[in-house]
Amino acid sequence: MVDTKTAFEKAPAPRGFSVARLLRANRKLLFPLAAFLLILLGNWLISPNFFNVRLVEGRLLGSLVDIFNRGAPTVLLAIGMTLVIATKGIDLSVGAVIAICGAVAAVLISETELSPVVVIIISLGAGLLCGLWNGVLVAVFDIQPFIATLILMVVGRGIAQLITEGQIAVFNNPTLEFIGKGVVLGLPFPILLSAFVFILVLVFVRRTAIGLLIESVGSNDRASYYAGIDARAIKLLVYVISGLCAAVAGLIITADIKGADANNAGLWLELDAVLAVVIGGTLLSGGRFYLGLSVIGALIIQSIQTGIFVSGLPPTFNLIVQALVILAILFLQSDDFRRPFARLFQRLRRHS
Amino acid sequence: MVDQVPLLQTQKLTKTFGSVHALAQVDFNLYAGEVHAVLGENGAGKSTLVKLITGVYHKDDGTILLDGQSIHPQNPHDAQSLGISAVYQEINLVPTLSVAENIYLGHQPTRFGFINMRRVNAQAKALLQTYNLDIDVTRTLSTYSVAIQQIVAIARGIDMSAKVLILDEPTASLDAAEVQMLFKVMRTLTAQGIAIILITHFLDQVYQIADRITVLRNGEKVGEQLVKDLPKRQLISLMLGREFAEIAAAGESVAPPISADAFVQARGLARKGMLQPFDLRIAKGEIVGLAGLLGSGRTEAAQLLFGIVHSDAGEVQVKGQRITLKSPRDAVRHGFALCPEDRKVEGIIPELTVRENIILALQAKQGWFDFLSTARQEAIAQEMITALRIVTPDSSKPVGELSGGNQQKVILARWLAAQPEFLILDEPTRGIDVGAHAEIINIIKRLCSEGLALLVISSELSEVVDYSNRVVVLRDRQKLTELTGDDINETTVMRAIAEK
Repeated sequence: MVDTKTAFEKAPAPRGFSVARLLRANRKLLFPLAAFLLILLGNWLISPNFFNVRLVEGRLLGSLVDIFNRGAPTVLLAIGMTLVIATKGIDLSVGAVIAICGAVAAVLISETELSPVVVIIISLGAGLLCGLWNGVLVAVFDIQPFIATLILMVVGRGIAQLITEGQIAVFNNPTLEFIGKGVVLGLPFPILLSAFVFILVLVFVRRTAIGLLIESVGSNDRASYYAGIDARAIKLLVYVISGLCAAVAGLIITADIKGADANNAGLWLELDAVLAVVIGGTLLSGGRFYLGLSVIGALIIQSIQTGIFVSGLPPTFNLIVQALVILAILFLQSDDFRRPFARLFQRLRRHS
Repeated sequence: MVDQVPLLQTQKLTKTFGSVHALAQVDFNLYAGEVHAVLGENGAGKSTLVKLITGVYHKDDGTILLDGQSIHPQNPHDAQSLGISAVYQEINLVPTLSVAENIYLGHQPTRFGFINMRRVNAQAKALLQTYNLDIDVTRTLSTYSVAIQQIVAIARGIDMSAKVLILDEPTASLDAAEVQMLFKVMRTLTAQGIAIILITHFLDQVYQIADRITVLRNGEKVGEQLVKDLPKRQLISLMLGREFAEIAAAGESVAPPISADAFVQARGLARKGMLQPFDLRIAKGEIVGLAGLLGSGRTEAAQLLFGIVHSDAGEVQVKGQRITLKSPRDAVRHGFALCPEDRKVEGIIPELTVRENIILALQAKQGWFDFLSTARQEAIAQEMITALRIVTPDSSKPVGELSGGNQQKVILARWLAAQPEFLILDEPTRGIDVGAHAEIINIIKRLCSEGLALLVISSELSEVVDYSNRVVVLRDRQKLTELTGDDINETTVMRAIAEK
């Protein structure tokens, strides 16, 4: 048995295997995807021209485009947050990291002669450092992730204010602005950027062993350690990725308003990101994660917001409607909630 | 005990899951004041029977009679109020609460609507004293040994209702002295007329404590006998449905050639409070058994050798070269592997599939970027499933859903897939059924003949004596002696452990 080399080539993977896996994945996929489509449908009922997309001066316009564009920062945060949550962690600092990275970019571009590319790299570096800080607290010093990242969440905005010296740091630089306002092939640049980061992270975790090791550490970190996995490095890695994703989101937000608002940039966005991950079906208790579904989760949140906006409902209702819709989605995902309905359905079918 | 009406009786009790008969037409008779062992391999239907009686599952067919009355327990709480309590292998208590709080959780004596803590403590203390247990009941439960926790759980169950007590693998993590303590408690209870259903894999203990045995196989009852009428050999044949001689013969193997040079060698390996300076040398193709009571330092020795705990003195050498062991990763890099004692906490990754669990150590060894392709993973998994006879519908089943014996095999498979040169097995046969037990012993012998260096820790002396080339005996965290050749038999090992 120790000599397994020859047998590896001989034994083919059974055919039923991938189908079973696909089915299981699809069931998981069903609810977030159906919820997304339902909400889009709801938006269409409220404002019939919701799905209209026009090409104006080489640029696609419409609510649908808007959802993907406005949702880009949450999508980015949700990508990083998914990996963190999969290791049984949480990153509450991402909103503050957005403020820091935005401030770094805005101040450097307006007050130094550095080229925009260098500024962007330094800003990303700041995000990486923030992630490293969280990662070290969690992985090396074994502080509970909630508390460890709460520290940066609180202090991060203070740091951002120090960088901007309490002002809203405005700037004028076409290259940097392009990240938030640019258009490529008719699509707003943030959409392309978030899609690019999604694919990059997806390939990075699923085409390597990293995704499996993250799930292993999240499911049972002690057993993973016993199996020879460097659980510490894995945890460090996911917080760094989360910091980098937040930095990209920070650049988009800052570029979009041509300024860094240390107080409000990315405010409460970490909670949207956590919600997006949960809607996507990744459990807060760690283990299996679903990157694509987290992205859908983020888009669901954004489409609710956009829907309320285009419906003309007073913005004061925003948060209440959003909360109700999300509650409904989470109920639908709960087996315990669905069971009585399933039973009723069965009984009805038996009668007919 | 004989010629009376059973206290608890099931008639043609049946339960199916999908197309699988978990329990088929089982008649079970439990009499007041007896210890009744329910035996069978994993999947024989023992836990289904218990879960039907305690209301965790609901029967498909048949009747359950308590005192001649038909009962329909809807949930464990319901069963408890009828007088049926169960204490499971994984103790269902709250480790962070005090002993007294645990006993009275949910039915505390109150005063003016508030919990009367003084009475809770006094009653708990008095209650435990009836079990000859005089402990500080205000201390947190988790500070006590598993044996005491077990008795606390029993006391809680008996205090709430007192006709039938079900003990599921109560001795799995107890040492010999603690087992005797538990048996004393059980005898006190049966003397009071309580009937005990005992589920266990330790056949020796069945012969020590039980009055009657019911054997299940594949969901059917294949025998009910008084213990005195059923010799052990016949019992095992009943459980397995094969003759004992066949099982024993399958395990025979020729004595392996032992290479003279030690593959791994420990010199004065020690850590304060854990293990006194410890010497060990194991050559390839050699099995060294590590014997001693629970807490004698067996597991600690394994943890030091595998880099889980850092030594503060001594060294470990591989092929004469000194190595540093800072983490299991280091150990794995030098060709070490460890199947840990606590399968649930330290072994399986419950959410991951059988396949992923099997390739995990190999993948960890290869690093982040040298990812095993799905086809290759599947090939390794299938090979291991076949070789170790792991019972699973397919390799994509989450390993947490397998039975204990199969989980153990998956962990073994994980390490074999990583192709180690030195394998440490800590209690490889604990809590698994007779069939899997025999298979794992055969696997151990085969691995050895294939040139692995093996260190096996086990509480089952007969087992250690059977396959070891040498036996190292530990007591009180110290190496007492090393037995070789003809000195290896149960008596000498026992004597070594007992000697002062």
